[in-house]
Amino acid sequence: MGRKLIFGLFAMVLVASMVVVSGQALAAEKKKEPPKQYIPLFAYRTGPFQAGGSGQAGGNEDWYTLVNIKGGLNGVMIEFEECETGYNTARGVECYERVKSKNPVHIQPWSTAVAYALIERATKDKIPLSTIGYGRADASDGTVFKYVFPLVTNYWSLSTAKIRYIAQVEGGLEKLKGLKIANLHLDHPYGRETRFILEIMAKKFGFEVKHFPVPWPGIDQKSIFLNIRRFKPDWIINRNWGVSCTVPIREAARIGFPRDRMLAVWWCGSEEDVMPAGPAAKGYLATSFHGVGKDFPVIQEILEKVHHTGKGNISYGRVGSALYNKGIIQGILTTEAILTAQKKFGNRPITGEEMQYGLENLNITKERIKELGAEGLMPPVKTSCRNHEGFDLMLVQQWDGNKWVQVSGWIEPFKDLVRAEIEKSAGKYAKEKGITPRKCE
Amino acid sequence: MLFFLEVILSGLLAGVMYSLVAIGFVLILKASGVFNFAQGAMVLFAALTFVCLLEKAIPFWAAFFITLAVMIVLAVAIERIVLRPLVAKPPIILFMATIGLAFFLEGLGQGIWGADVHGLNIGIPDDPFEWLMNKGILISQFDLVAAFIAAILVTVLVLFFHKTATGTALMAVSDDPEAAQSVGISLRWIWVITWSISGFVALVAGIMWGTRLGVQYSLSLIVLKALPVLILGGFESIAGAIIAGLIIGASEKLADVYIGPYVGGGLENFFPYFLAMVFLCFRPYGLFGREAIERV
Repeated sequence: MGRKLIFGLFAMVLVASMVVVSGQALAAEKKKEPPKQYIPLFAYRTGPFQAGGSGQAGGNEDWYTLVNIKGGLNGVMIEFEECETGYNTARGVECYERVKSKNPVHIQPWSTAVAYALIERATKDKIPLSTIGYGRADASDGTVFKYVFPLVTNYWSLSTAKIRYIAQVEGGLEKLKGLKIANLHLDHPYGRETRFILEIMAKKFGFEVKHFPVPWPGIDQKSIFLNIRRFKPDWIINRNWGVSCTVPIREAARIGFPRDRMLAVWWCGSEEDVMPAGPAAKGYLATSFHGVGKDFPVIQEILEKVHHTGKGNISYGRVGSALYNKGIIQGILTTEAILTAQKKFGNRPITGEEMQYGLENLNITKERIKELGAEGLMPPVKTSCRNHEGFDLMLVQQWDGNKWVQVSGWIEPFKDLVRAEIEKSAGKYAKEKGITPRKCE
Repeated sequence: MLFFLEVILSGLLAGVMYSLVAIGFVLILKASGVFNFAQGAMVLFAALTFVCLLEKAIPFWAAFFITLAVMIVLAVAIERIVLRPLVAKPPIILFMATIGLAFFLEGLGQGIWGADVHGLNIGIPDDPFEWLMNKGILISQFDLVAAFIAAILVTVLVLFFHKTATGTALMAVSDDPEAAQSVGISLRWIWVITWSISGFVALVAGIMWGTRLGVQYSLSLIVLKALPVLILGGFESIAGAIIAGLIIGASEKLADVYIGPYVGGGLENFFPYFLAMVFLCFRPYGLFGREAIERV
């Protein structure tokens, strides 16, 4: 009986699927659709990091929806499709394998670990990897990493800019000498990415850095903070993700550590990180590479044309949040790169290989940003064959108890130091993998 | 010396928070022999319901009792839909059913209330006690309140189990389900009561942990902290869950603070499981677990 029922159900589902598929085919014949550009979105709306994942994905999708509402990219409509990774590396690789045959214009994995796992595959398949403000820092060297783009800025630039900011607050670079900095980081490739550059900075400027790895998922960091208390740091760098960003804020309050001496990576600088910490988060500092809030023409346009027409991809209240805005910027970078590629290859859906050209020749000027309605939201980005980063400055924002407030101007990294380390590390990678670096003009 | 004392005290208080979660497992295992994999999801579901009711301007206690009612309805549904059809099936089948239940509850809670992160403030400050701070020891007021609530919860549960007819029936089912049934105790009714009490414990744990972490998916991961407590304390003992929670809490903090720096840190998650594994070798039934004797 049971077996019959299962077979019966299976047959019904099969027949129903065939009817739907044939119906779709007929409908497609009847109506000639405009050309489509397929963009996969590796999202994580489930799992322990869903708060972050859903914010980014929501911003990204809202942007693509707006572009489609406005007629697409030179008549080419964006067809975006989510693949759920759960911020899990294995599932990220699985997503890649699932979408790679659909001519994806690029892959943005929203995970440093997934980015690491995909570098070789994507390069072999000639599909660019875009990692905005995350990923492998030395991939900024385009001579070695032809298909990898850690756009806007990378973690090494960020870390050195953080040290410059700390120096500014302390009263100059010479005041760094003798300072103690606790680097609290998720014990994960993303978390470990900056240990080395901080150590180089510590040697250069004479401060002491001590690393405090946080085991996943980081829901209890009491003993780590007992160790931090023994270390007596002057500053704490919070380099976590998801709930492990929130816990240190409360723990800092419990040991009486001033929140305005905690400086977080941008992934710990969202509303979702500070709001659960309540009043303990007041004064907490986080880095950023974009504007905060929704007072930007582009976001107002999204509200009007996307959300007010019921096409939003995230709850209304989260529009304009830090993670949402990152999603918008990722979307703008993607569509601008497609437009750049279209200028060279024609107004049609472009391939991954053509997108590599688009990403490598991005030139989003201040004027173009104004035209897009993103003035103050994003910085100008200019990439090249050598430089896949495109920008490297950072901002600092502070939580005032209700909202983020920008408290610094653009802060420069130690460019020469970072570039030298990038080239050294990329050269080592090239040697290990037998890659001959490209010659760039 | 003062710092050492602070490490121990912090560990003991953290251990109480782990015990709050572990008790939920113990209750269900004790009465129905099911290892409820869905306990973490129940904590998340209860906390999400509670915080979303609060956000709709429902007063604290009203939100608490409405959530409790929801957890009781959930218990009835679980007994009717999941457990009843699986009566007399091997324990592994019931365990697998609770795995499915965990995913279902996580989805249901977020389906109804959304996946956003919610802050929860129940008015207990998380700052250190000033007079202790002046002596150089930092102990959070919130931790002490949590320990006090856990103590009340355990007292109420112990009184319930030992002083009420229903509690005695639960103990009887726990001892010998078939003998209990033969004297007229309804196994189904007992399951509903057990899952309801477990729902109540999940709600209390969800509020305490949710206040600390925010109410979000990660709440369901607190079971990772409860598992070594269960192994150490024995799966069927409430007292065991409390004492093991204290041992786990204190030992993980000591290990991370005093051994961690020599091995690169990060022992806080590893050490409890290591301790539980060592314990399994010498006392497979835990500190207070009952040794199963089977006639061959």
